[in-house]
Amino acid sequence: MTYQTLLGYLPAIMPELVLGGGIMLVLLYGVFRGERSLISTALLTLLVLCVAAYYVVLGASDARVLAFGGSVVIDPFASFLKLLILGASAVAMIMALEFLKHEKLNRFEYPVLIGLSALGMLIMVSANDLMVLYVGLEMQSLALYVLAAFSRDNTRSTEAGLKYFVLGALSSGMLLYGISLIYGMSGTLNFDVLKGVIETQGMSIGLVIGMVFLAAGLAFKISAAPFHMWTPDVYEGAPTPVTAFFAAAPKVAAMGLFLRVLFGPFEAAVAQWQQIIIVLSVASMTLGAFAAIGQSNIKRLMAYSSIGHVGFALLGFVAGGEAGVKGVLIYLAIYVAMTLGAFICILAMRREGRQVEEIADLSGLSTTQPGLALALLVLMFSMIGIPPFAGFWAKFYVFLPVVEQGLYWLAVVGFLASVVSAVYYLKILRVIYFDDPAPRFTEPSYPGNGVLLAMSVLFITFFIFWPAPLLNAAGVAASSLVK
Amino acid sequence: MIIGLGHYLTVAAIVFTIGVFGIFLNRKNVIIILMSIELILLAVNINLVAFSSFMGDLAGQVFALFILTVAAAEAAIGLAILVVYFRNRGSIAVEDINMMKG
Repeated sequence: MTYQTLLGYLPAIMPELVLGGGIMLVLLYGVFRGERSLISTALLTLLVLCVAAYYVVLGASDARVLAFGGSVVIDPFASFLKLLILGASAVAMIMALEFLKHEKLNRFEYPVLIGLSALGMLIMVSANDLMVLYVGLEMQSLALYVLAAFSRDNTRSTEAGLKYFVLGALSSGMLLYGISLIYGMSGTLNFDVLKGVIETQGMSIGLVIGMVFLAAGLAFKISAAPFHMWTPDVYEGAPTPVTAFFAAAPKVAAMGLFLRVLFGPFEAAVAQWQQIIIVLSVASMTLGAFAAIGQSNIKRLMAYSSIGHVGFALLGFVAGGEAGVKGVLIYLAIYVAMTLGAFICILAMRREGRQVEEIADLSGLSTTQPGLALALLVLMFSMIGIPPFAGFWAKFYVFLPVVEQGLYWLAVVGFLASVVSAVYYLKILRVIYFDDPAPRFTEPSYPGNGVLLAMSVLFITFFIFWPAPLLNAAGVAASSLVK
Repeated sequence: MIIGLGHYLTVAAIVFTIGVFGIFLNRKNVIIILMSIELILLAVNINLVAFSSFMGDLAGQVFALFILTVAAAEAAIGLAILVVYFRNRGSIAVEDINMMKG
């Protein structure tokens, strides 16, 4: 590869270049401005994220572009996920500003770390090589470990960071061990070459073991049961906006990577991985439904809820084909909108200058703050999957291909899990609408979070009238992955 | 005796297993967990370099260098988190990491 061709590849990775370069500049700016520059660094990071998103849109085409000797791929699938990741990162960063100010955490590192992990996620979804996959994944994870422990004088936050670090490093180790076996058995790191090797020579026992380790490592990252142990503790301990970020963007990136690996190089090995995914999916859906019932901390409840949602999204993997992948992508987009909306509501739970996190603290919210109560009503109904809200359509598009494949029992399990999960979502609504009112929450001083919450609620409510943009984009993305 | 690929893979598998067990069975100290993580990554490196050498393909050795670099960054972040945790709790014993039940 000559110097000339290397330069020729640069336009293909413009979003990553812009994000990486921009974040470095923001970091320099933050260091020069000192401690009190959170708002300006956040706005600059928002600008960088927007420019990166602009280049994603600019570079989006129906073609499958390979760069750097085939180790990076730019296709509609990557572009779709990149836009989702950049959007979720931007929202998670903006919604944190008020919280960080109140908790005396207004340090400029927060937007910088969000930007760096977003960069790792962009690399992940564009990876077409096991080495690029690993570098992207670690880039994301290293920034996330620091974010979990961001409230460094808080025991719970640092404990969350420590737990996340240990289990994250273990999962990276398992993933790497799988990669080393795959490399040894196939002699290549490139996804396209690997796909050819598997199609011609079949899956040797070494490749199957390598794939299982790789799948286990990725299952850790998407927190699918039985690899979910870190999720409730980390979600509860980490600062609330960081939890919101964890529940949104990294899940999208890891799910995208999982899809790319299973439907790319391991497409021919569907018989081997389908069983693994069925186990992950059923375990996640049931655990997410049953374990959340007894929770009293709302962040912990959201952790189990996110495990359940991952289980539903994995149904689309099992169904496979273009419809299944399309279902997963739609599910991810709607899930991100719902979960960020729910966390904006959780962020609004402030009383006497501190954050409250118990479900009981929401009691009688309908009389004290009817707007917030209504938003939570829409979000919870959508999470259960009650029509006409977007959450119903998310589930519809993953269940449909499962039924079409004839996997009726799996659809029934999913349906039952979603009925059981209604128990705890409705418990929150009962506390809000029928319990005696608790004191009001403190009014926010920035309008930003209210606007974001309104956007989330409006999207969820009116998705049924304008589903076409999302459905078409997901359809194009899915058809570029599954040919 | 000629040392072949199988021997390297066996050593790597043993080191990997020791690393995983070190994380789960250790009840004393978080530093030991960090050491176990390094063991896991070293096992992977042995695998990659052995495969790379026996196949005559350089990519595995390049990958091993990447892993060494990332492992250094990972250890730095892990130790930094451990230091802030120690400041708050005054202990890094594994059984004391129990503020949240999980």
